[in-house]
Amino acid sequence: MLRPFVLDRPATLGEVADLLTAHREDAVLYAGGTELLLLMKEGLVCPGHLIDVKTVPDLDAITAEDGVLTIGATVRHRGVERSALVQERCPLVAGVARHVANVRVRTVGTVGGNLAFADPHSDLATLFLSLDGTLMLWSRRGAREVSLADFIRGPYETAREEDEVLTAIRLRRWPAGTASAYLKFGVYERPTLGVTVACRPAATGRPSALSVTVGCVGPRPQRLLEVERQGAGESAAALVARAEELGAAAAREIEAIADRHGSVEYKRALTGVCVRRALQVAAARAQGQDIHARYAHTVIV
Amino acid sequence: MHATPTPSSSSVACTVNGRPVALEVAPQTLLLDALRDQLGLKGAKRSCDIQVCGACTVLVDGAPVSACTYLAVEAGSREIQTVEGLADGETLHALQEAFLEHGAIQCGFCTSGMLLTAAALLEEDPAPTRERILHYLRGNLCRCTGYQKIIDAIAACAKPAPSPHSLPHRGGR
Repeated sequence: MLRPFVLDRPATLGEVADLLTAHREDAVLYAGGTELLLLMKEGLVCPGHLIDVKTVPDLDAITAEDGVLTIGATVRHRGVERSALVQERCPLVAGVARHVANVRVRTVGTVGGNLAFADPHSDLATLFLSLDGTLMLWSRRGAREVSLADFIRGPYETAREEDEVLTAIRLRRWPAGTASAYLKFGVYERPTLGVTVACRPAATGRPSALSVTVGCVGPRPQRLLEVERQGAGESAAALVARAEELGAAAAREIEAIADRHGSVEYKRALTGVCVRRALQVAAARAQGQDIHARYAHTVIV
Repeated sequence: MHATPTPSSSSVACTVNGRPVALEVAPQTLLLDALRDQLGLKGAKRSCDIQVCGACTVLVDGAPVSACTYLAVEAGSREIQTVEGLADGETLHALQEAFLEHGAIQCGFCTSGMLLTAAALLEEDPAPTRERILHYLRGNLCRCTGYQKIIDAIAACAKPAPSPHSLPHRGGR
């Protein structure tokens, strides 16, 4: 049972802003409701007003320009999964969207809602951090662009101001020749751990690059800069050979917190294993091979 | 504390199983309650209430949603399908026939959600692979653990993909 509320259906961003200003902490932005309505059922949030951002036009578009993929805040996960543009420009994003929750949640749940809710157990936040994701926020005071790293402050806490609306997410494509993998592990509906590895191994005339991002185990997704430093400049074969060692470094570097998914010690160990496996898969892909390994409770995209 | 709002009920026009209906709902009314209490359609079940189990699955414009966590007002101008609309009168849907043939029903609590999710899948992809079926049905739980037979039943309804090498033989044996 949900407690009574008023559902506002604004037609413009300006109207959203006016409603937010008028109702302040009594109002909550509402899109798919896949996270919000659950909290409302439990009585953990009891807003007097739900402001439906789905009625604002143009927030549900996916566009690409100059290596930047822009996903509107109210695009559903299924929209990302099935978008020909996303599949062409950023296939890993479409692949990860295909594995968010279940098909019913993907039908209704939105990309913007997922990020704005800032549930630490988010596939998208982990993936988008590795794609230098930025969030577009709009208010009467103006528009601003905030990096995902700055946007997510902690569990369920973001840098969005009270009068701001999340309008879109911008992702930067990796350079040509980058191999990548997303690996997630979990036995619950939400992932216990997600890891994105992108590598452009050393080759003649091209700088090498390694990006390792781990999410869901800590308060916010985290780039593992020390692991990236240790693996920088390596060939794909060397990355495979050093995967165990780099996984161990990841276990040391990760900032884990205990929750119902496990203790800090468990999550560190899990991080080590999953980073090793994701590195092996990505480095193999960089060599034109694919590892068809199957691990329990694990999805590899 | 905020002042308690006084939202009023409104009439939401939609189509349920092909028939135009007007639901009298408040903003907080969930689609599951509107279907069960106002229309007497009890096929969708309230179970986990958090979009995990799939027992409350209904199709909205052909796509599966959890009616337990979907505001009824969102159904305005949309086509809702429940398990009650799957059969054509006394003629069962091919999936229902297949579920019977394969013994894909035990206690039956998950069945309506399984059927509707499978129907949505076949509408999207008439020839899904077994992997695709498993992936699409991932969010529908069966606590009798009858998954194997359920997947078999859905696979039996999958039309084989047309292939130039599988043209029917003339004359036959």
